Parts: sequence; structure tokens; C-alpha cells
Amino acid sequence: MVDAVAQPPRNPGSIKRFIERYPFLPALVIMLVLLALNGLWQPRSVGLVGLTGLAKTYLALMLLAVAQTYVIYAGDIDLSVGAIVSLVNVVIVAFMSAMGGDTITVLAAMVIGLGVGLACGIVNGVVVAVFRLQAIVATFATSIFFTGLALWVMPVAGTPAPATFWRAYGGRILEVPFVFWAVVVLAIMLYLIARTRLAIQLLAVGDDVQGAYQSGLPVTAIRMRGYALCGLFAALAAFCITGDTASGDPLVGGKMTLFSVAAVVLGGSALAGGHGTVVGSVFGALIIGLINSLVYFVGTPSEWQNLVQGLAILIALVAGILIGRRARS
Amino acid sequence: MSMLAEIAKRPLVVALVLIVLLLAAGELLSPGFASPTQIMRLLIVAALLGIVAAGQNLVILGGREGIDLSVGGVVSLSAIIAGNLMNGADSGIALAILGCVATGAFFGLLNGLGVTLLRIPPLVMTLGMLGVLQGLLVVIRQGIPSGRAAPGLSQFVTQPFLFGLPGIIWLWVAIGLLLAFLLSRTVYGYRIYAIGSNEQAARMAGVPVATIRVSLFVLSGVFAAIAGICLLGYSGSSFANVGEQYMLPSIIAVVFGGTSLAGGKGGYTGTMAGAMMLTVLTGILTTINIDESGRQMIFGATLLLLMLFYGRGQAMRA
Repeated sequence: MVDAVAQPPRNPGSIKRFIERYPFLPALVIMLVLLALNGLWQPRSVGLVGLTGLAKTYLALMLLAVAQTYVIYAGDIDLSVGAIVSLVNVVIVAFMSAMGGDTITVLAAMVIGLGVGLACGIVNGVVVAVFRLQAIVATFATSIFFTGLALWVMPVAGTPAPATFWRAYGGRILEVPFVFWAVVVLAIMLYLIARTRLAIQLLAVGDDVQGAYQSGLPVTAIRMRGYALCGLFAALAAFCITGDTASGDPLVGGKMTLFSVAAVVLGGSALAGGHGTVVGSVFGALIIGLINSLVYFVGTPSEWQNLVQGLAILIALVAGILIGRRARS
Repeated sequence: MSMLAEIAKRPLVVALVLIVLLLAAGELLSPGFASPTQIMRLLIVAALLGIVAAGQNLVILGGREGIDLSVGGVVSLSAIIAGNLMNGADSGIALAILGCVATGAFFGLLNGLGVTLLRIPPLVMTLGMLGVLQGLLVVIRQGIPSGRAAPGLSQFVTQPFLFGLPGIIWLWVAIGLLLAFLLSRTVYGYRIYAIGSNEQAARMAGVPVATIRVSLFVLSGVFAAIAGICLLGYSGSSFANVGEQYMLPSIIAVVFGGTSLAGGKGGYTGTMAGAMMLTVLTGILTTINIDESGRQMIFGATLLLLMLFYGRGQAMRA
């Protein structure tokens, strides 16, 4: 990939082919432009401290966007990812505060958190793939159920996470901030998952479900696995939220659901399924983060910030889709 | 017998039976739940949801994954605009209605143009528009107070008007009749089904596909705006994001009414029953004495259970 980008395009069709091959390229360009603009307005924001802060705040959204991508690969959607984040957040915080905050407890809490995320993903998979309910409304219903569970575990926000947990998340290993290690591990994980049979099967189901079925793919099981993978990554996102906010909140993830969908679209994946990359979704999450910080850095009055952010995200969504389509046509 | 079986399978019939069962269950759980005054209150709340769902229904019928996630934002925006334009005076009602309907139509038009001219998927376009509307709400709320409902409007929504029923219920019935007529007796209605079930064929038959699709989004904005005005009348004053609660429930009401999310199949009569069903269910859950957590779990589980009656996808076949 690195060679491909370094070489100048030999004919006008080359750029098109690159974008077709790497649908995340428009997102990468938009992200780099936003990064440059951020640096122009606030040079410190692209320094080590600024970038660490960005990664710390938006790592959760990056992971959630990845989670959403695996479901969207197969042409499905998961509107419960935010509720899963909330549920895992309160479960691990409640567990750690009950058991004390030593390292063993933290590790046990993470295992439990992954289990909860996986269970939620399987529930979604069952209602959508096995019971064949429509994904949008069915996962909205499960999101209400998961939110109820989260409220049952922790009725009000505010239980603090043990210091071991958030110190590790905000700390450094070998002088390098922890979140950067996390990004590296994430990159390796995404690379490995992209090479598995499951990733290709999900895309095949999303591209043509009838064709996939007729060529002998176990469509129901594949869609279930997509939701299960989504639940696992939502749990990872919950760990990051917990590290960033250092407390439990039964509604913390609710607002993230629609942003995760927006990040996937910004990353060049097709909502209809069958076409996309997880890397693009990571870029999409960063684009949302960079838009938010840029709006702040250029000195937008605080009451106008949400509107300018909303407009910028809408424009980025539309532009990304138009560029991607032009490349494929 | 087979005809009876056919009728029993119709979504409208299923919804009506479920409403009666839910009302009976509510009466059992807390006596007085199904009293006439309570039922009227439920009808008012259902009308608010039902009016939002009317626009949602049209957009979904039009197909090509039609959906409008921005309705909640339009409801909130309309409530605050109406509150400020009338500011507690009956003389401002006409202006408020005009202003809100124009606002709703404007955002619907933007959605429609994005979906047709730029060919952005409706989910993405209306999701982006929702973000813009939420930002706009923050701006508006910083600058001006939330405004108050005119007494005439509150009366229209909450007080008996004709045969003991408030005006909003008659408005809802009128919208129901209008849409039933529109969808089953007019060229426009047939064209909605045509573009929803097979856009290519509709285009070849000379249906102005883009114009119709834009009009559906405009209508969705207008219905959401009307619901926003009524919501202001119901609660007296508006508060931030008051409309958010309508976004996904309006879609569920449509699904419970038997309209397919794939488009081209269904109608509004079922959606009205769907809205009533959702409202009765929510009503039961607020009357029984349990924690918010238990309430949400039961609500989510019941929604899933009810969905098993409707719109399940086809089993895969080789």
C-alpha cells in the first residue's frame, strides 16, 4: 500500500483505481487536511500532548466505529452499540469497586466486560439473523433492554473507577503514552481480522445475500458472528470510555451510537453492505474528533459550536459519498 | 374459514387485538387504567406520536431504504419556534403554525434534495441533518427563552372539543382519513407505492420519481412540525430535545402497523394502531410500580416479542 501511494499515478484512471481498491483514501485525505488545519490554528494540538489527548478522547469512538463496521459489512446495522458500551462500563466499574482495585481485579473485570459485550452481540445476532427481525428496529429494542440492565447494575452515574484503571489508560509505557500502544495493538488486530475468513464472508453476505447462501455460506451464522464481533469491540470501546472518564455512567454510551454509524460512512463503507474497510471507520471517528476540536480552535462562540460541527459532519458525509461514488463509477 | 384466517393475519387486526389485550392487562395491573379519561389521555399521547409517524410512514413507503431520522429534531425545533411566535397569546397561533410548517418543509426539502439530487442514502442524509438540527437548537436556546403555548392551543390539545374528544384527536383522525384517501384513491398515492416497490419500472412508466420522493420528505418535515406545535400545547412550554423521544418510536409505530421498511407495502391505518399500541404499552409500564431499570428491560423485551408478529424477513431459500 505504501508503494502504491508513493508512486505518482501513471494515467488519469489510476486515482480512481486506488480509491476503488482503498475506499478509505478520501477519509484519509479529509483527515490529514483537518489535522493540518488544526495545526494551523493551534500548533500545540498536533504536538505529542495534543495528539495524546485526541487519541485518549476518541479511541472509544474509533473502536465503536470498528464494531459497527463489521455489522455493516454484512448489510446489517447495530443501534445498540452505545447501550452495550454503557452496560459494559457500569458492569466493570461496579465489579472493580466491589472487589478493590488491584491488578488481578482489573484484569478479571476486563474479562467479564468482554463476556458481557459478547453476550449482547449474540443477543443481537439471534434477534436479527435467527428471528429475522429488521435490524434497525430490533437493535433499537435490544438497546432499550441493555440500557435497562445498565440502570439495574448502577442506577445513577458517579461510582469512580479504581485509580489503577484510569492511571494505566492515561499513563505511559516506556515513555510512550498508553493510548498509542493501544492504537498499535488495534492496528495489528484489525490487520489480522481482515485476513480471516469471517471478514470476507461478512462482505460476501453484504454484497449479495442470496448469492452467498446459494454458494453454500452459512449466512445466519456469519451474520451472528458479525454481531458477536461487534459486541466484543463495543466492550473494548467501553474500557476506553472507562479509562477516559474514570467512572461508571449507565447512559454514557447512548450518544455514541449515531456517531459510530456516521464514522463508518465517513470512512467510505457502504451502508448497504458488501463494501468497506475498518481502517476507514477509524479515520471516520478521527474526522469527527478533529472537526470538533477545529471548531473549538477557530474560536467559534460556544453556543454555535454544535451547529458548526453538525454542518461540517453533514458536509463531510455528503462529500465522502460523492467522491467514493465518482471513483467507483 | 380461510377468509377469517386471512383477516386474522392482517397487521391492523393484530394491532387492534393487541391494543385491547394491553388495555385489559393494564386494567388488571392497576384498576382505572382503561377508564374513559385515561384512554383519552393515552389517545392524545398516541396522536402526537401518530402524527410524526405519518411522515415517517410516507418516507418509508417511498422505498430506496427510505427513513427519516431527523423527525425528532424537527419536532423539537418546531416546539420552540411555536412557543416563541405565539408566546402565550392566541393571536400568534396562525403565525406560529405558518412558521413551523415552513420550517419543517424547509428541512424536509433539504433532506429530499440530498436523497434525490445527490443520491445520499436517506439514513445518512437525515442522520447528518439531525446533527445540524440539534446544533441549531443549542443556538436558538442560548438566545431566546423557550416560549409559552397559547391558551387556545393548550385547549385544542388537552380539552374536549367535539363529542368529548379534544381537537388533536380529531386532527389525527382527519390526517388518517386524508392519508387513507391519498394512498388508495389518488394518482399521487399509487405513484408512492410504485416508486417504493419498483423504482425502475415506475420511472419507465413515466412517474416523476425524484419529485415524488422529495415531496415525501417535505411532508415528513411538515408532519413533524405539526406534531411539535401540538407537543407544545400538550406540555405548555418546550424544553431541549423534547422531540428526541419520537425518532425511533415513530419507525417502530410504522413497523407495528405492518408497513415494510423495504418500502412499497403498507399504509397509514395500521401505523395509527401501531402508535396507539406503543403508547398503551408505555402507559402500562409507567403505571406499574417498578424501577426505571425493570421498566426499560420489560419495554425492550416486549418490543422484541411484538416484532415477532410483524415484518419478519424471508427465510433463505436456494
